Amino acid sequence: MKNKKLLEKGMEILFLICACVSIVSVALICFFIFVNGVPAIAQIGFFKFIFGTEWSPSNEPPSFGILPMIVGSLYITAGAIIVGVPIGLLAAIFMSKFCPKWLYRIIKPSVNLLAGIPSIVYGFFGVVVLVPMVKKIFHVNGNTILTASVLLGVMILPTIINLSEAAINAVPESYYEGAIALGATHERAVASVMFPAAKSGILAAIILGIGRAIGETMAVIMVAGNQPRITTNILKGIRTLTSNIVLEMGYAAELHRGALIGTGVVLFVFILLLNISFSVISNKRSK
Amino acid sequence: MGEKLKTYKKHPVSFLFFLLVSLAALITVAIFVCLVGYIVVRGIPYLKPSLFALEYTSENVSVTPAIITTLYMVAFSLVIAVPFGIFCAIYLVEYAKKGNKLVKAIRVTTETLSGIPSIVYGLFGMLFFVTQLRWGYSLIAGAFTLAIMILPLIIRSTEEALKAVDDSYREGSFGLGAGKLRTVFRIVLPSAMPGILAGIILAIGRVIGESAALIYTAGTVAQIPKNVFQSGRTLAIHMYALSSEGLHTNEANATAVVLLITVFAINGIASLIAKRLQKGRGA
Repeated sequence: MKNKKLLEKGMEILFLICACVSIVSVALICFFIFVNGVPAIAQIGFFKFIFGTEWSPSNEPPSFGILPMIVGSLYITAGAIIVGVPIGLLAAIFMSKFCPKWLYRIIKPSVNLLAGIPSIVYGFFGVVVLVPMVKKIFHVNGNTILTASVLLGVMILPTIINLSEAAINAVPESYYEGAIALGATHERAVASVMFPAAKSGILAAIILGIGRAIGETMAVIMVAGNQPRITTNILKGIRTLTSNIVLEMGYAAELHRGALIGTGVVLFVFILLLNISFSVISNKRSK
Repeated sequence: MGEKLKTYKKHPVSFLFFLLVSLAALITVAIFVCLVGYIVVRGIPYLKPSLFALEYTSENVSVTPAIITTLYMVAFSLVIAVPFGIFCAIYLVEYAKKGNKLVKAIRVTTETLSGIPSIVYGLFGMLFFVTQLRWGYSLIAGAFTLAIMILPLIIRSTEEALKAVDDSYREGSFGLGAGKLRTVFRIVLPSAMPGILAGIILAIGRVIGESAALIYTAGTVAQIPKNVFQSGRTLAIHMYALSSEGLHTNEANATAVVLLITVFAINGIASLIAKRLQKGRGA
């Protein structure tokens, strides 16, 4: 009897310890990234690092300004949002309120499979299809902000569609009935009553999409051109925070390596801010 | 149908809206079909036997070592992540009291983990497992990194599955005199198994498709690792290496086909299990 009680207690403690693994992991990740990145940022100088416009680690003396990469990430993320959000939201509305059942059985699995395609395959598709296409249409080198934005826009589609579809589905049916009773058409009821009622869920979907886009690495590396420069021309190449890390980590040493980890710190902070705003919005919804 | 047309005539804006949403859905499906169709049609002619030769050479760029490394990677990361994930979910659902601060912290950190991009995992894996623990670029460093990455997925799906088990099962078990532990392992876990399995299968899909988190943890050596401290490239990394070298685009395409088929099969199995689960519950 006593043994059994001991076992029960022991297992409960074991479960508790396992439950803490995610806390420990987040703590470790934060600790290691910040401890390795922050000293390098401090050595370079916070403002020089964040607002420096020149990234040339092999120059003498080297300069480590990551503003071009920050701008690059923002550009491509914005581009992905412009491409992905309208299509995603409209498709979600179709799936939730217009789609006949037989069609839904085709659309839903395609969206889910789209979500399952590895980013490296997206990148490959970008290289063999999108890049030559952009090259042909605009007569420029095909690795551009535009190419990366379109590709990323497609990649965030499933996130946007699935989450906003769920948000629209969660709106009480009585809203719709009320609008119809007031004489609205089906379309009008959906567009001006159901859609606005789901807006916090849709906002959450967009934020999650932004997180995906800003954190995406391999696909972007393959199509964005990766030149660390600030440009306003969307037909030119650019480098993002994520690609900066992967491209140069293989051979970086000392301060250069530190600066790359510092790039990771900046990316991480972006993501944490997005996560916080996501959970604030979702918490508001559940209240 | 005729009536519908009449309303549309009266409300052209509504009609326009209908067109727009249909178009968006059409675009989504078209993108999927084009993407997969293009890669499969272009890649299948290059699925030659030499691509599956046992030894990798820079001539045949065989995918076999990469496939075996991928299997290792899947097995290792699951062995690490699944017990922790399931036990964590058991604690959250069966043991934790509501409003517990620790539970809140676990929730927040799990959510944080699922939002962290894979390159940050890669960076962490490189700093912690590869450098700090001196494991070097190795199978084990990659597996630990991926294990943390798939942990939130497993925790969440197990949690959902455990929550879906009817309380009458637990009460019945307690009523027959079983202890809590026995109830959890003999009654609750078996009934929640399909849901847990679906989560694990999705996690396998993530591991197979992952590349950014592995480049600087498991490394990119094209070989079958002989022990866990050797480097090896998974299929996704193999494909990245091929397509970034630019010499073997066709082989990269064929590799993409292998990758796509595997991932789709895995997704199919997962949704099949999930569907059966729903049917079982409905009956």
